[in-house]
Amino acid sequence: MTEDHKKDKDIDELSGVETTGHSWDGLQELNNPLPRWWVWVWIATIVWSVWYFVVYPAWPVPGGATEGTSGYTQFKELAESQQEIRDRQAAYLERFENASFEEIMNDEELYAFAMAGGKSAFKDNCATCHGTGAEGGMGYPNLNDDDWLWGGKLSDIYHTLRYGIRADNLDTRLSQMPAFGQDKLLDKQQINMVVDYVLSLSGHTDDAHHGGEYDPAEYLKAGAQIFQQQCASCHGPDAKGLHEFGAPNLTDAIWLFGGDRDTVFQTVYYSRAGMMPAWEGRLGDDTIRQLAVYIHELGGGAPDAAILPDEGLRNPAPLKSPEYEKTEDLDNDGEVLSVEPEVPLAEDAQNDMGVHE
Amino acid sequence: MLQYFAKQQKVYPKRVWGKYRKLKWVAMIVTLGIYYLVPFIRWDRGPNAPDQAVLIDLNGPRAYWFWIEIWPQEVYILTGILILAAIGLFFVTSMFGRVWCGYLCPQTVWTDLFVWVERIVQGDRNARKKLQEGPWTFTKIRKIALTHFIWLVIAWATAGSFVLYFNDAPTLVRSFFEFDVSPTVLWFIIGLTASTYLMAGFAREQVCTYMCPYARFQSAMFDKDTLIIGYDQKRGEPRGKHKKGTSWDDRGDCIDCTLCVQVCPTGIDIRDGLQMECIACGLCVDACNGVMDQVERPRGLIRYDTANHMQAEVKGGEERFRFIRPRTIYYSAIIAIVGSIMLYALIFRSPLELHVLHDRNPVFVQLSSGEIRNGYTIKILNKTHQFQTYDLTLDGLDNAQINVRAAGDVSASDLSVPADSVGSYHIFVSADVPPAEPRKFNFVLRSRDGDMEDEYKAKFITRRD
Repeated sequence: MTEDHKKDKDIDELSGVETTGHSWDGLQELNNPLPRWWVWVWIATIVWSVWYFVVYPAWPVPGGATEGTSGYTQFKELAESQQEIRDRQAAYLERFENASFEEIMNDEELYAFAMAGGKSAFKDNCATCHGTGAEGGMGYPNLNDDDWLWGGKLSDIYHTLRYGIRADNLDTRLSQMPAFGQDKLLDKQQINMVVDYVLSLSGHTDDAHHGGEYDPAEYLKAGAQIFQQQCASCHGPDAKGLHEFGAPNLTDAIWLFGGDRDTVFQTVYYSRAGMMPAWEGRLGDDTIRQLAVYIHELGGGAPDAAILPDEGLRNPAPLKSPEYEKTEDLDNDGEVLSVEPEVPLAEDAQNDMGVHE
Repeated sequence: MLQYFAKQQKVYPKRVWGKYRKLKWVAMIVTLGIYYLVPFIRWDRGPNAPDQAVLIDLNGPRAYWFWIEIWPQEVYILTGILILAAIGLFFVTSMFGRVWCGYLCPQTVWTDLFVWVERIVQGDRNARKKLQEGPWTFTKIRKIALTHFIWLVIAWATAGSFVLYFNDAPTLVRSFFEFDVSPTVLWFIIGLTASTYLMAGFAREQVCTYMCPYARFQSAMFDKDTLIIGYDQKRGEPRGKHKKGTSWDDRGDCIDCTLCVQVCPTGIDIRDGLQMECIACGLCVDACNGVMDQVERPRGLIRYDTANHMQAEVKGGEERFRFIRPRTIYYSAIIAIVGSIMLYALIFRSPLELHVLHDRNPVFVQLSSGEIRNGYTIKILNKTHQFQTYDLTLDGLDNAQINVRAAGDVSASDLSVPADSVGSYHIFVSADVPPAEPRKFNFVLRSRDGDMEDEYKAKFITRRD
């Protein structure tokens, strides 16, 4: 810089700072130079971005983006982390396959594994009818309570899950309640009598019919008689239900289709028959077993003798029917069968916060 | 030509000796000593816990500080520490100006250390300047290479010490020398070595001037009673060379030796008044006092002083330092409040915590017997270092039973949680009650020995509202 140049410098009087010489309507721009290293940092970020464009997928091109020399994609990263999860599960899965229900129910890790897997499989497969919380609805049993049509022991639940109810399977749970009114097995008055009797068993006598001219006590007595003749064979002489027929307990507080008088009358008149698909062939045996444990542990599972040796239950002797062969084939294809269970993580809350080195 | 970009002017601070330089050495030895040595202090916590006095265990995840132990749930304590640190800094700044910058800031301390290395290897200001601006000779290469090598060793030790706060120090040091450390540790060491080398070796005062936000907003904590470094203009001017034996009449005490400029680590002239670059390290004070002693004039031409005090002297009056001002009062009030809250949290830290989460779907279940059942997930935080067994009871819900769903046969009076971990159980409470408004009750958790207890408010829901 020569002396001449220094003389030419346009110095702002007020601040004593050199101006750029730019002037807009009398407003002058002061020149407070930026540190040069800062410019270098800026250039370094540009170099970095070029490197990034080359190494990572970046440029949009028709049909996707450039691949990048590192070959990195988020899909690959996803696949890797999924593989990692599968590997972690494998350790549990092998133990789970070889464990009996009794062992599962007494082993902390297997129990957590079964619960996590069952929860996930339930949401995918069962929640459609039973609800995400398994609270059920009209005609779809609440699986949280202790009232079971076909039994609430682990082995019962497993059997129901595997073969279904009134499903297309040889071992399915099967029973049929007669349509007493429709099929003219009982006339309307007889049905009214038996409905009054059944409602009285759980103390619901508020809207009893009593048929006008009849003495209420006589009326109930007649209902009881009809019950013993027509209903007791399935529901039991004490009306407490029988699991082998899927016949509900009529004396408790839970009604699958509703406990008001009209609904019970309709039930007796037209009969009821819910159905559930057989999950054998759709879900793998491990998933069905996980589901059985999960549903049992929703709170209603029969507490006594709940844990039974399940010898022969998991691998029953193959049946010779062609239908069974068909489902076996499906099972072997293994396409849609297994649902990824979550891996049980102790103290998951803390893991969320942990930084893993 | 207009210069839009300014080249960094390399600062060659000259060696100086005096009260504040001495203080700076002490501060450097103490702070660096703490930083490098603390990870090696041991602290016996018994079995099932690390014996490192200060440790942040990210995998645990726990933080340990001597007798204090913190879970992630207690991260508010970290918030408290940060508030205290910030307000403490504001408080000190409003009283004494930028003493943090001048004596304790890591940028200052490490830069000071690096400049010291430079001086030991290459000589003082003039020698360094001559060497570094001169041609490349063998001596220059040797000295520069040695300087950078020592810098890198210091930077590496700094990075290594940082990592030690997150791992067991002796174990990590051993595995480091066995070339057996994780990539994470290695990358942290490489990254921090590079940043220390770059910041203390090259960026130096540029960090304070251009990067540090604190340097920019510290003026918000300043007032006329804040201690700053000031040049006594009234006494100093008019400045000029002084010949020994001549009169001091009709002139200022400043002999324009520019020593105050030469020793300044940020390369400013303090006689131009307070500037943003000034980190208040006091080295110019030391330099000027030395000169004043030589020319037999009183010390304190450049000194730590307040703007008010200096002004009062100009007017001929005497103004005392005022430490009690509105801002010091409310800074200390905040420190006292936050400090008390933290002290309370630490003193009354419970070794047992109970958390209860009501099942949402379904919120209640009607059982066949007519009883109503609610489900809860309970989490038990066992912060002791021993395996514990707890007894869970209900307070305020009559005729109710607790049923635990877990692997094996677990009862509510026998809930076990391993040492230093969280136990999670799903439990059912059933009671034979008519549907009504949600009933409020308490879960009460007692340790088997009865020493620890915690409660949690809960609701028992019996109908859809």
